Amino acid sequence: MTELAASGTRPRTKLTDQRPRWLPARLVGLRSETSTARTLTFEIAGWPGHRAGQHVDVRLTAADGYSAQRAYSISAPSDGVRVSITVQRVRGGEVSPYLVEDMELGDQLEVRGPIGGWFVWTPSAKAPVEQPVLLVGGGSGVVPLMAMVRERIRLDSGAPFRLVYSVRDAASVIYAGELAQRAADEGILVELLYTREAPEGTLRPAGRVTHADLATPADAGWAHRPAPRAYVCGPTAFVEHVIGSLRDLGYSDHSIRAERFGPSGD
Amino acid sequence: MGIVTRGFGGRRQLEAASLPPGQHLTDGFPVLTAGPTQYVDTGDWSLTVTTETGEKQSWSWADLMAMSIEDIEVDIHCVTRWSKLATRWRGVPVDAFFEKVESAADYVMAHSYGGYTTNLPLEDLLDRRAWVAFEYDDGPLPAEHGGPVRLLVPHLYFWKSAKWLNGFTMMTGDEPGFWEGFGYHNYGDPWREERYDGD
Amino acid sequence: MTERATSHTLDGNAAAGLFTEIFGIDVSAVSVTCGECKGSAAFAEQSAFVAGPGTVLRCRGCDHVLARVVETPREVWLDVSGSASWRFPLPDSKAVDSQQPGQ
Repeated sequence: MTELAASGTRPRTKLTDQRPRWLPARLVGLRSETSTARTLTFEIAGWPGHRAGQHVDVRLTAADGYSAQRAYSISAPSDGVRVSITVQRVRGGEVSPYLVEDMELGDQLEVRGPIGGWFVWTPSAKAPVEQPVLLVGGGSGVVPLMAMVRERIRLDSGAPFRLVYSVRDAASVIYAGELAQRAADEGILVELLYTREAPEGTLRPAGRVTHADLATPADAGWAHRPAPRAYVCGPTAFVEHVIGSLRDLGYSDHSIRAERFGPSGD
Repeated sequence: MGIVTRGFGGRRQLEAASLPPGQHLTDGFPVLTAGPTQYVDTGDWSLTVTTETGEKQSWSWADLMAMSIEDIEVDIHCVTRWSKLATRWRGVPVDAFFEKVESAADYVMAHSYGGYTTNLPLEDLLDRRAWVAFEYDDGPLPAEHGGPVRLLVPHLYFWKSAKWLNGFTMMTGDEPGFWEGFGYHNYGDPWREERYDGD
Repeated sequence: MTERATSHTLDGNAAAGLFTEIFGIDVSAVSVTCGECKGSAAFAEQSAFVAGPGTVLRCRGCDHVLARVVETPREVWLDVSGSASWRFPLPDSKAVDSQQPGQ
């Protein structure tokens, strides 16, 4: 600040430079999540850290200069220079088949980010009672929501979380093992909905997500808390359908944040 | 260019000698768009030619079907560098829509449902250089590729082949359309690699 | 809008990286007011078309073009003429007040 500020003139408020740049990223970790999805962990020198829910733009350049770009959600909380994304292979896609099937440890691509200050979750540190959070994911829409779940655990936050995760069938569940574990954690409710084929023994028959699926269960322990905030992510049609249902259930527009992937995350 | 990603090649094949500079072959048919897909029933569709003096002539889907339809096989080239050879369409040469139009104008703005526009010299639409197309690859033209009816101008970059075609407006002076006024070349000849403004 | 009409549409999150790089500040939470219908929504919630000759941001309410970007080898073109206004939320003002001279 200059002397002008000291003399009483209103200081110019600075819009902090948040300009993300393309950075080289080297693949250092791979983890298969389903037969068509895997998590890739990159090491990115100069990575400034990120918040749960943010995404990156990924750029791949072929030897002849041809390049393609896609956006992918970050799947885990900030971890130094390591950034993980979970990619769902899209049939006929240009980029996802390479990321899910061909890319090998040591290979490089470029990453721009972190991007997005809207679809993010951080605990409401000042609130005397934590605001509950409803996470609704369709297919690979669960990825940024998982980053939020993992962040909540890492911070040992008391915010009540409920994840409603809609998938075609049991084989399509990403993070299946970890979600089963989380379901046992206090304060985190995990509900899997199957749209095409429900596993044997499942109470809820296969079908699209409905109002009944989204309504807060009576035993969730959300009474006497601030109104919940909802994060909805997945294919566009899924997101629009869920938002409509949430509005019917009384969620205000400003309590809903959404991220629409389109029919394919190609 | 910085990092090259090992093994990444997209959906591309080896380049053919007959491609314009900087293009590569694709086996798909990428959908590029500046706005939401338009869904127009053939019963609601019309094409209107408006002269520079405001006179209009219109064609309905039924009118279109009664015109002289032909099979078309052409190569197409997108400014984003993909090309497809020997694409097959059915449509009516644009010539037929200007046969009875009285005009002194040299330029045309093609209009799409949804508001997209692109400008061309009139002569680039005539002499069987362009078609009003409604079938692709032996089937009705899908909405995401511009159906029910699109413009097809294969000798220029494919952004000139307006999807969801609904009109031609004749202009005495050239005016830029949606992309031409905003970074892209006014004419767009792929063989002279006229991609961007200033090329 | 019907499900069919919107199923290919991404939202502003998909365009946020490009616009953030141009503006030098995160645009996702910017409140964009449409010049046509005067409706407002966060940049992230508007409709975005990123697979084209350029990137186009459209009003979720009326489809009017709010903003667009074209990158050529020599230039970046930016058009915001379809927006009535962009409102950037400032960083926590407490953090600004606490800055010491020279920081």
